[in-house]
Amino acid sequence: MSILLGYAPALPEILLAVGAMVLLMLGAFGADDENTYNLANWLAVLLLVAAAVVIALQPPATEQLFEGAFIVDTFGRFMKLLVLIGSAATLLLSTDFLSQKRLTKFEYPVLILLATVGMMMMVSANDLIALYLAMELQSLALYVLASVHRENLRSSEAGLKYFVLGALASGMLLYGASLVYGFAGSTSFQVIAGVAQAHDAAQNIGLIVGLVFILVGIAFKISAVPFHMWTPDVYEGAPSPVTAFFASAPKIAAMALLMRILGGAFPGLEPQWLQVIWFISVASMILGAFGAIGQTNIKRLMGYSSIGHIGFALVGLAAGTHEGAQSVLVYLVIYLVMTLGTFACILAMRRNDEMIEEIDQLSGLAQTNLPMAFTFGMLMFSLAGIPPLAGFFAKLYVFGAAVQAGLYPLAIVGLLASVVGAFYYIRIVLIMFVREPVEGFTPVPGKLGFLMAASLLFIFVFVAPFVGDAIVVAADAAAKSLRF
Amino acid sequence: MNLTTSPILSIVTFLPLLGVLCIAFLPSSAAGDRNARWIALYTTLFTFAISLLIWINFDPSTADFQFVEETAWLGPLRYKMGVDGISMLFVILTTFLMPLCILASWTSVSYRVKEYMIAFLALETLMVGVFCALDLILFYLFFEAGLIPMFLIIGIWGGQRRIYASFKFFLYTLLGSVLMLVAMLAMYWQAGTTDIPTLLTTEFPREMQLWLWLAFFASFAVKLPMWPVHTWLPDAHVEAPTAGSVVLAAILLKMGGYGFLRFSLPMFPLASQDLAPLMLTLSVIAIVYTSLVALAQEDMKKLIAYSSVAHMGFVTMGIFSFTHQGVEGALFQMLSHGLISAALFLCVGIIYDRMHTREIAAYGGLVHRMPIYASCFMLFTMANVGLPGTSGFIGEFLTLLGAFHANTWVGFLAATGIILSAGYALYLYRRVVFGELEKPSLAKLADMTPREIAIMAPLVILTVFFGFYPAPLLDVMAVSVKNLLADYQAAIGQAAALATP
Repeated sequence: MSILLGYAPALPEILLAVGAMVLLMLGAFGADDENTYNLANWLAVLLLVAAAVVIALQPPATEQLFEGAFIVDTFGRFMKLLVLIGSAATLLLSTDFLSQKRLTKFEYPVLILLATVGMMMMVSANDLIALYLAMELQSLALYVLASVHRENLRSSEAGLKYFVLGALASGMLLYGASLVYGFAGSTSFQVIAGVAQAHDAAQNIGLIVGLVFILVGIAFKISAVPFHMWTPDVYEGAPSPVTAFFASAPKIAAMALLMRILGGAFPGLEPQWLQVIWFISVASMILGAFGAIGQTNIKRLMGYSSIGHIGFALVGLAAGTHEGAQSVLVYLVIYLVMTLGTFACILAMRRNDEMIEEIDQLSGLAQTNLPMAFTFGMLMFSLAGIPPLAGFFAKLYVFGAAVQAGLYPLAIVGLLASVVGAFYYIRIVLIMFVREPVEGFTPVPGKLGFLMAASLLFIFVFVAPFVGDAIVVAADAAAKSLRF
Repeated sequence: MNLTTSPILSIVTFLPLLGVLCIAFLPSSAAGDRNARWIALYTTLFTFAISLLIWINFDPSTADFQFVEETAWLGPLRYKMGVDGISMLFVILTTFLMPLCILASWTSVSYRVKEYMIAFLALETLMVGVFCALDLILFYLFFEAGLIPMFLIIGIWGGQRRIYASFKFFLYTLLGSVLMLVAMLAMYWQAGTTDIPTLLTTEFPREMQLWLWLAFFASFAVKLPMWPVHTWLPDAHVEAPTAGSVVLAAILLKMGGYGFLRFSLPMFPLASQDLAPLMLTLSVIAIVYTSLVALAQEDMKKLIAYSSVAHMGFVTMGIFSFTHQGVEGALFQMLSHGLISAALFLCVGIIYDRMHTREIAAYGGLVHRMPIYASCFMLFTMANVGLPGTSGFIGEFLTLLGAFHANTWVGFLAATGIILSAGYALYLYRRVVFGELEKPSLAKLADMTPREIAIMAPLVILTVFFGFYPAPLLDVMAVSVKNLLADYQAAIGQAAALATP
C-alpha cells in the first residue's frame, strides 16, 4: 500500500492513462455508433475535470518520482491545469463538427486523452529520456488526430506533413539529447545542471551543440521561426477542432518543457541560450506579423498569428529573469483563452452544413449575428493587444520583463510587430462590422456559444481588480518553483 | 455626501457604462432605437450634472491632486484617480460635450443606433478616465482603449472612404503609443512605481530623460497632432460622422496636449528644455503650413481639420515657452478650441444633414434661407480666427505672449498664422454663407430646428462668456500651472548648478 501511495503525485497522469485504456475497451467492445462516441466524449471530459481537481488538491510541494525522472511542482501543476483546460475545451469544441462530418469515432476522445497524458508528462519531465517518451506519446496521438478526417485530402496531407517534419524534429532532439548525455554523463536534469554550472561549461562544445539541437526540436513543437513552416499548412489542413487543439494545449506543454529544460538543466549557460531565444523570439514576432497580412483563410491566418504569439511569449523567456518566467506564464494563460475563444468562433462559421474558412465570408456578420461578431471582434482586439482587454496585459507583462532586463531593442521590435499584427486583426473586425452582409451562418450551437461567452468574459474581467491579480500571483509562485 | 471621501471621479467615469448596460438589453426595433437615444441622452446629462459637483467642490488654492481615490489593482499597479487644476476642466469639457454629441446624432444616425450610442458612452468613460488617471498604466489603458470605440465609430458610421480613414487613425495612433508604453515600463523599473504623483517628483537621469521624452513625444505628437504626423487627422475628420468629428477635435486631440503638460514637461524637465527649440519650430511650421493648406481646401470638414492642427500648434508653442502666460494660454486654448471646433463641426453637420455634401462649392448664399444658422456660423468663424470678445482670442493672445517671451521670431511667425487663419476662415464663410442663392438645390433649405438651436445655444453662450470673462477657467488652473513651472525652474536650476560647480 505504501508503495502505491508513493505514486500519488503522478495520480492525475495515471488516472488519465488508465481512463484512456478503459475508454478504448469500451469503444472496442461497444457498438460502433454515435452513442458510443458521445459516451466516450463525456467520460473523457469527466476524466479531464477529475484530473484537474486532483491537481488542484495536491499540496504545494515539490516531489520527485521514478528516480527523479518525474517532478511535480507548482510550475508543473500550473501548466498541467492549462493543458487540461485546453484539452477539455477541445472536446467540447469538437462534438458538433464531428457529428456533422460523420467522424464520431470513439478513438477521437481517446487520442485526445493520450495526447494529454503525454503533454502532462512533458510538463513534469525531469530527465532526457522521460522528456523524449512524453513528447513522442503526445506527438503520435497528434499525428493521427491531424489526419482524422481521412477521406479529406487536405487533412491527410496535413497529417503526413506534420508527421514527416515532426519526426525530423524528434530526431534532432534525440541527437541533441545524446550529445548532452555524452558530455554530461547523465540524462538527469540535476546532473546536467551541475555540469552546465561548472566554470568551464561555456567551453564544453558538445554540451552547447547538444543544447542547440534540443532547442531546435522544441522550437519545432512551439512553431517558432525558423522551424515554423509546417504551421500554416497543418493549421489549414487539419479539421478545425484539431487545429484548435494544436494551437492551445501542445503549445503550452512545449513551452513548459522549454522553460523546465532551460531553467532546470542549463542554468549556467544563460549567455548561450538567451541569444538563441532572443533570435527566435524576434524572428517569430516579425514573421507572424507580416506573414498573416496576405492570408484569406482564417485558419491559416491563425497559424501565423500563433507563430507571432509564441514570439511574444518568448520575449519573457529571453529576459532570463524571474519576472520574465512569470510573464510567460501569464501570457500563456491569456493566449490559451483567446485562442480557444477564437476557434469557437471559427467553428461557428458554418452555413448549410459547410464549414466556412474564407475571411471574406465574415462580411457583415454584425448584422446577421451581432453577439458572435462582437465576441469575435473583441477577441481580435485582444489578440492585437489593445487595452483594456486581457491581451494587452499579456503583452504588458512580457515587455515589462524585457525592459527590466534592458532588452530595449527586443521590446521595441516586438511592439512594432504588434502594431503590424494589429492591422490584420482589425481588418477582420472591419469586415464583420462594415461590409454589406452576406448570407448568415447557421445558429451557433450551445457548446460553442458557451465557450465564446466564457472567453469573452475572461478577456473583459481580467482588468478588474483581483481577477487578473490572482492569475499573476499564481504565475509568480509557479515561476519561483522553477528556479527562475 | 462628503465629496472628499466619496469616489466621485469613479462615478463620473463609469456612469456612462451603466447606460451601456441598459442600452445593450434593448430590443432591436424602432422603439429600441428611440429608447437608446433617450437613455444615452439622460446618461450623459446626468454624468454632466454630477461632474459639475467636481468643479463646485474643487479647491483652486492648491496644486495637489484632489478627490483622490486609490485601491489595489494588479500587483504594483494601483487604481488611482484624482484631478488637479490642469486636468479637472478637461473632465468637465468632456462631460459637457457628450450630451451635445448625442443630440447631434439624433436624426443623422439612422442605422445601428443602439451600437452607436453604446460606442459613444463607452468612449465617454474612456475619455474621462484619461484625464482622471493617476497611474501610468491606468492612463495608458484609458488612452489606448479609446481607439476601439472611435475606430468603430469612424469605420461603421463614417463616409465613403471610412475604411481607409479608420485604419489610418488606428494604426497611426497605436504606433505612437506603443513607444510610450516602452517608456512607461522603463520608468517603472527605474522609479519602482507607476504612481503619477510620485513620478512627478522623481528625477530621472538626463540621458534617460531624453529617450523617455522622445517616446512620449511619439505618442502625443500623433495624438495632438503635430506637423508632420498630422496626416491622419484630415482623413479621420472627413470620414467620421458629425459627432465623431466633434469628439475627435474637441477631446481626443486634447489628450496630446494634456499629455505634454502631465508627463513630458514636469517629469522630464531637462529633456523638455533641451528639445524646446524643436517643439517651437514644429509648432510654428504647423501654424503657418497647415493654415496655408487650409486655404486650398474644397471640403469644409477638411478645412476645419487643418485649422485644428494650426490651433494645436499654438498649444504646443505655449507649453514649450515655459512661461506662466504661455502654459495657461495653452490650457485655455485647448478648452476654447474644444468649444469652437465642436461648434464648427456641428455647423458643418447641420448643413450636411440637409444637403449630404461637404463640398464648399455646393453652397453659397445660405444667409438668405438660414439667418439663424448664418449668425451662429459667423460667431464661431470669428472665434476660430481669434476675434477679441470670443474665447479663441484669450488662448491665442496668451500663448503669443508666452512665445514672444521665449523667442521673438517664434512669436512673430505664429502671429502671421492668425492672419492666415482669418484668411481661410473668412474665405470659407464668404463662399458658404454670402453671395446670391443661385443653386436650385438650396432653394428649399430650412433654418435650424429647435433641437439644433438647443445644441448651439450653450456653445454660443460659453464662447462669448469666456471671451469676456475668462477668470473662472484661469483661476482654476493658475495655482497648478504656477506649481508646474516652479518645479520645472527648480529642476533646471539644480541641473545648471551641478554643471557649473
